[in-house]
Amino acid sequence: MSGAAAGDAGHDGSNQAAAHGTAEHLVKMANDIGDFFRAEPVREDAIAGIANHISRYWTKRMREKLAAHLKNGGGGLDELPHEAFRRINPQ
Amino acid sequence: MLSIVEQDLGTPHRDSATLVTLSIDGREVTVPEGTSVMRAAALSDVKIPKLCATEQLEAFGSCRLCLVQIEGMKGLPASCTTPVAQGMKVTTQNKQLADIRRGVMELYISDHPLDCLTCPANGHCELQDMAGVVGLREVRYGYEGANHLTGEKDISNPYFTFDASKCIVCSRCVRACDEQQGTFALTIQGRGFDSTVAASQNVPFMDSECVSCGACVQACPTATLSEKSLIEKGQAEHSVITTCAYCGVGCSFRAEMQGEEVVRMVPDKNGHANHGHSCVKGRFAIGYATHSDRIVKPMIRAKISDPWREVSWEEAISHAAKELKRIQAKYGRDSIGGITSSRCTNEETYVVQKLVRAGFGNNNVDTCARVCHSPTGYGLKQTMGESAGTQNFDSVMKADVIFVIGANPTDGHPVFASQMKRRLRQGAKLIVADPRRIDLVRTPHIEAQYHLKLKPGTNVALINSIAHVVVTEGLVKEEFVRERCEVPSFEKWRTFIALPINSPEAMELVTGVPAASVRAAARLFATAGNGAIYYGLGVTEHSQGSTMVMGIANLAMATGNLGREGVGVNPLRGQNNVQGSCDMGSFPHEFPGYRHVSDDSVRHQFEADWGVPLLNEPGLRIPNMFEAALDGEFKGLYIEGEDIAQSDPNTQHVTAALTSMECIIVQDLFLNESAKFAHVFLPGCSFLEKDGTFTNAERRISRVRKVMQPKNGYGDWEITQLLSNAMGYPMHYAHPSEIMDEIARLTPTFTGVSFDRIDELGSIQWPCNDAHPDGTPTMHVGEFVRGKGKFLVTEYVPTHEKVNARYPLILTTGRILSQYNVGAQTRRTENNQWHSEDRVEIHPHDAEERGIAEGDWVGIASRAGDTVLRARVTERVQPGVVYTTFHFPESGANVITTDNSDWATNCPEYKVTAVQATRVAQPSEWQKRFREFSHTQESLLKDADVFVAK
Repeated sequence: MSGAAAGDAGHDGSNQAAAHGTAEHLVKMANDIGDFFRAEPVREDAIAGIANHISRYWTKRMREKLAAHLKNGGGGLDELPHEAFRRINPQ
Repeated sequence: MLSIVEQDLGTPHRDSATLVTLSIDGREVTVPEGTSVMRAAALSDVKIPKLCATEQLEAFGSCRLCLVQIEGMKGLPASCTTPVAQGMKVTTQNKQLADIRRGVMELYISDHPLDCLTCPANGHCELQDMAGVVGLREVRYGYEGANHLTGEKDISNPYFTFDASKCIVCSRCVRACDEQQGTFALTIQGRGFDSTVAASQNVPFMDSECVSCGACVQACPTATLSEKSLIEKGQAEHSVITTCAYCGVGCSFRAEMQGEEVVRMVPDKNGHANHGHSCVKGRFAIGYATHSDRIVKPMIRAKISDPWREVSWEEAISHAAKELKRIQAKYGRDSIGGITSSRCTNEETYVVQKLVRAGFGNNNVDTCARVCHSPTGYGLKQTMGESAGTQNFDSVMKADVIFVIGANPTDGHPVFASQMKRRLRQGAKLIVADPRRIDLVRTPHIEAQYHLKLKPGTNVALINSIAHVVVTEGLVKEEFVRERCEVPSFEKWRTFIALPINSPEAMELVTGVPAASVRAAARLFATAGNGAIYYGLGVTEHSQGSTMVMGIANLAMATGNLGREGVGVNPLRGQNNVQGSCDMGSFPHEFPGYRHVSDDSVRHQFEADWGVPLLNEPGLRIPNMFEAALDGEFKGLYIEGEDIAQSDPNTQHVTAALTSMECIIVQDLFLNESAKFAHVFLPGCSFLEKDGTFTNAERRISRVRKVMQPKNGYGDWEITQLLSNAMGYPMHYAHPSEIMDEIARLTPTFTGVSFDRIDELGSIQWPCNDAHPDGTPTMHVGEFVRGKGKFLVTEYVPTHEKVNARYPLILTTGRILSQYNVGAQTRRTENNQWHSEDRVEIHPHDAEERGIAEGDWVGIASRAGDTVLRARVTERVQPGVVYTTFHFPESGANVITTDNSDWATNCPEYKVTAVQATRVAQPSEWQKRFREFSHTQESLLKDADVFVAK
């Protein structure tokens, strides 16, 4: 069944696909989560909330990809989610 | 014409704890106070002749057939309008009454066509019945005098006719339109002999305000208003009660049948959600089930550029399983997944998620609730402890103030909207928060006290400013909060919400809603008595969808509006089984009953029952599946009943992801947009061919009953079972009831649910268990499911989607009454006569600025893509906002929407897209490619003999 190469459809190819690199997408997701918890008056609660949310709703592979992005010097992650993510993946 | 089997008791039931005993024709009868003499008689098997009375409507007292004699009472009162009284002695039959009734009938019949043998109501015509009952033997006046026998027949409506020659002007249709539907489209025009029923200003029904709910047709005692299907096919010989497969109201219907053919769908007067009412979709739009586009044979192909090849079920299932296993062997266990749908029954959804978790060995299962109400599940679970609405629909009848936020009930949930309008006509107050002037804002005999016309994307700013007023003006129900909620969480929230940044004055700049209106609305909601909040996708489909749901829960808790009738947080679910599909564990992170996969005790329970180890890590959500597909990691997908290529945002992104997969299996009725990218097509069956259950927006589990054999050969649950067995994970259910038994065994909120129990009670609202053996109409009574209610801080965070000079308008999307979701069903019915294309609504100011006139083609461009729609210039939308529906794939509404999504659930932000609108002369490039692609895909099907037989 292999061989359904991109382009067969004739109307799928777009620049949009290229704009959706997974790491950038995950960074955006993590920052959005961080934006909700940012209003927590206690910083530790905010960090714990972000970490808990990512642990409960992201796949292991998604967490691994974001970790790899950060390990490779990738940026874009806001401070609070960055700290939360550091606690999920201490290595 | 009423149902062929139901007995009509003449006037509505009355609720009263006080019982009244009277004597009717010597029989002692005890009924609730307020009951009519007519109904009391009917309840004791005494039939009083009637024509203008039916139990769906309040008594009218016009036909004079139901006169009775009551001891001590002057004259001959109408039994329909006379309430019972203690010790009353009623005589329903004597010579005087018989003479009067015969005289009345003589007059009616003197002006009625005597074509009974060829009349569609023959045998079930109430006029005919009454002529027999009163013993009418002659008409002394003859038939030659002035009459209405040449009255015109209005056949303009695609589903029913109005034959004026048969009308007896009993007003049942007019009253049904007023009382049941609340549209007030019909009237009696003229006086005396000239009295006739008129639609709107005496125009054809199709040109009138009639919404084709069918209430008038059902109420008609003659064949004046008749279903065209009844005229064409004749009357049914049996009927089966089942549940509608359209919106989340979940109306109960009696499918009236001739063998395996549906004659008509009649709303079930005993239906707990709809109480005998219906809308144009559930009542009439079922033709899709036998539409010539429907595919009933399995097909496969190697590439999506290949023609489809019809194969046996054995080959299709074997091929699909082999492919999925091949992909897993090559790319890993997590490279495949499944998507189920709110159009599936609970049992079908349950077996899909079981197949994925136990058969595929991962948790990559999701459902279309991802793109609609996933924030509801998240937000309500966090604050109150259960991912569901708090009330039943009937609760609205005890509301004093109704707050509708981001919902359009008259279009999206029309039958419940009729009930809500009934309460509003009784005097309940109404607050509407919506960027657009929905019908409810001003409709006959109803006008919202406040229409908070906010800018799209600013819900949280608005709810915070309302809560700010409640907190800072001392309107918090302190006792409720102290007893029922986590006080520390409340204090934290109170401190936050009282900040000046949350004041209506500060937020006016954000929301565009005048601060004075916000303050007034907040005061009304907090002080008017029972406050009930109803919301829809205008709340959830935002980047802060979950935050807004929490904000709503905060407001309800702070004002003490939970835990009793007349109040509550009420999500109006979009599709028929959104609630159920979520309940059944179709989200990747949780098992049935909303229990996280990382919960060892829960997981071990499922492992023991299912006999396989299960993963403790969440799987991929639908948008994450797309990302993984584009990364080359996700290659196989089983989709049952969902059309992600049309319904999900940023179409070009979705189709790019679909094209990158190696095996897509689509199980559906039609070659939908997603199926055009598929390699295996497994034909599914319509709700008429299903056995199972749906769970509506009130957590009400109702039976879906098979009224005909599956035209494709298998029930959908059987197909999933076949696939599972072929994948090597055995399933051996013999009937969907066995699936429900397993659900009950493994889900604490369902332990008391079974098909037998539903049959016994009619329907059940979960939780249904030892603590609530008959179900739970109102949740959180006395205590929240999580114990104490939890307030959460809900800071307003603007969406990433910004207007600028290039994209100066905000596009928001919604739905319309006659069409449903992606339109796969309704587009294949006569409902297209009301709405044959998606249009873009634009304010006259914005239109004039761009030289756009009504009906012009308008190019809508966003950062994600562009499409072309025809313009509807209207003040319904505010300046700066444009609006469209998404029922037609060629419209490309989701080509424009972006992949911004709710922070907590990734529910797409359909409601806010920055766009530009320009007048154009031709379709967009995407539309041209779409047409070419669709044409190609349809041509690949043209040699296959796979369509349903007519």
